[in-house]
Amino acid sequence: MSREPTAGAPAVEVRGLHVDLGGTPILTGVDLTVAAGEWVTVIGPNGAGKSTLLRAVGGLLPAPGAITLFGTPSAALRRRDRARVVATVAQSPVVPPGMSVLDYVLLGRTPYIPALGRESTADVDAVHEVLGRLDLSGFHRRELATLSGGERQRVFLARALAQGATLLLLDEPTSALDIGHQQDVLELVDQLRREHGLTVLATMHDLSLAGEYADRMVMLAGGRVVAAGTPPEVLTEELLATHYRASVRVVPGAHGPLVVPVRPTRP
Amino acid sequence: MTGPLPAPRPAGLLSAARPTGSPPVARPAGLRKRWLVAGLFAVLVALVAGVSLGPVSLPPGSVAAELLNLFPGVHLDSGLTEREIAIVTELRLPRVVLGLLVGGLLALAGGCYQGVFRNPLADPYLLGVAAGAGLAVTAAIALGGGGRQGTLSGLPMTIPLAAFAGSLLAVTMTYVLGAAGGRRGSPAMLILAGVAVSAFLSAGQTYLLQRNADTIQPVYSWLLGRLATAGWHDVLLVLPYAALTTVVVLLHRRELDVLAVGDDEARSLGLHPQRTRYLLIAAASLGTAAAVSATGLIGFVGIIVPHTVRLLAGSSYRVILPMSLLFGGAFLALTDVVARTAAAPAEVPIGVVTALLGGPFFVLVLRTARRVLT
Repeated sequence: MSREPTAGAPAVEVRGLHVDLGGTPILTGVDLTVAAGEWVTVIGPNGAGKSTLLRAVGGLLPAPGAITLFGTPSAALRRRDRARVVATVAQSPVVPPGMSVLDYVLLGRTPYIPALGRESTADVDAVHEVLGRLDLSGFHRRELATLSGGERQRVFLARALAQGATLLLLDEPTSALDIGHQQDVLELVDQLRREHGLTVLATMHDLSLAGEYADRMVMLAGGRVVAAGTPPEVLTEELLATHYRASVRVVPGAHGPLVVPVRPTRP
Repeated sequence: MTGPLPAPRPAGLLSAARPTGSPPVARPAGLRKRWLVAGLFAVLVALVAGVSLGPVSLPPGSVAAELLNLFPGVHLDSGLTEREIAIVTELRLPRVVLGLLVGGLLALAGGCYQGVFRNPLADPYLLGVAAGAGLAVTAAIALGGGGRQGTLSGLPMTIPLAAFAGSLLAVTMTYVLGAAGGRRGSPAMLILAGVAVSAFLSAGQTYLLQRNADTIQPVYSWLLGRLATAGWHDVLLVLPYAALTTVVVLLHRRELDVLAVGDDEARSLGLHPQRTRYLLIAAASLGTAAAVSATGLIGFVGIIVPHTVRLLAGSSYRVILPMSLLFGGAFLALTDVVARTAAAPAEVPIGVVTALLGGPFFVLVLRTARRVLT
């Protein structure tokens, strides 16, 4: 998978990130670097802190001093300015009843709309363009709540793209989709990334899919990074056995290792 | 904050520009002209009907002419006698205008609470806000000696401020109690908390009334909700607070649409959801307080009107809020016509009429909102 040349500061730099939620340590000293244009996927067992890491990078959790975005400390960014640089697609975004696809995607223009103002023609045009780009033109009047899972995921992506950010944070972008739509969405993200020089930081549960699309992977377990590197370096039978307590066979594939679960032999 | 940050992709960079000359096929949510016209028409109908109908029925055409005469430079012959003109301008008009203001405020506050709490059942009454304002006004009257000669007319202009303090106290209690069930309380929790707070504050009010029996009579009629004694003084009492509430809430109508996708998303879109929420709660509570100070406890307007608007005109707060203001005003002014003609010459308290309409409507909303609540 081709990598965009990295010029200047990395898109994301996390140094010694600690996060406590309600007194429980969730992340304990996480380091992470994502170069501009790169696709990095964070994997790890349930409760490893993947979503928390993404929330911290997206500015949704206070992480003073630990996170730098494109060379600027995240904490020094005003919220609107950060929103123009980082767009997040949550794991299961709220679908407001009655809201049309057009209106939902238009919410992505919020960081460009003056406080208490309204969207300009340019904002509406930008949204129509994104909708066309994602084959959603026929959907703009539809109510978001009536769309199928795959269509919805594309609309969530459209909202993030309408935000105009170059860094895309995707929390489990495929968790609600069947296998065909999973591939569709990831292909789309990869295509957009290559065409527009986006940087992608994602969390995923499907390890084979994760390995096929990521340039690099980071494995979290118990709130810390336990492995990082290219997919073949991270997706090994030993690491998966240790940290997921999973019995798997790793088979080399054309785009990355394929992880196949194997029923454990009873002792 | 430019420096090393990459410039955001400008609008239109994603692909070649759309073919020029073709306007966008769909417009974003917003107040469509036909709904605005319908809302203004409803207000006008309520105004003319409210002034025409009553113990002395006046021809609507003459009333319309007399209303136009209020504008400088207009002199129409309405054919009304001096006495009838006095009925129009000094008795009925202020009453109708107060109805329009209070109904608009209660509906606007209801719609606003529904947005900030993301709760279809939120309403100034169910949240306990009105009870808080009611307790504060009762306390001010009972302990402060009350209005002139033991009546409620001639209350000082600061009464709405006391009511505002009471309503803020109530909404804070409801909010804190409702959130106690978890980091973010469920919609049902919030309403249950509102019911508890209402009961608590009403008990306080009853106690005050018992201890100050001499002031019971005026407060009691006020409790049931009344537009009856309205004069221009009451309109002036409400007007500044109504204006402030309306401006603040309507300015935030788009922010309320963003809040609909959740606090996390709103935050990652660059908003400060909690800050916006506190401001809007304060604004809606001020509006409720002003309405309660002038006309007592008139329930259900804040739930009937925004939900009807939502069903008819769409679910965007850019539509719901301005339309609630207009239709809420028209609704209450027309309800007042019913209240004073249904059992003429006696008057039914207007709060009784709105509750009669609102009870069944509430059940309807409850049925459609079941999915949200569970």
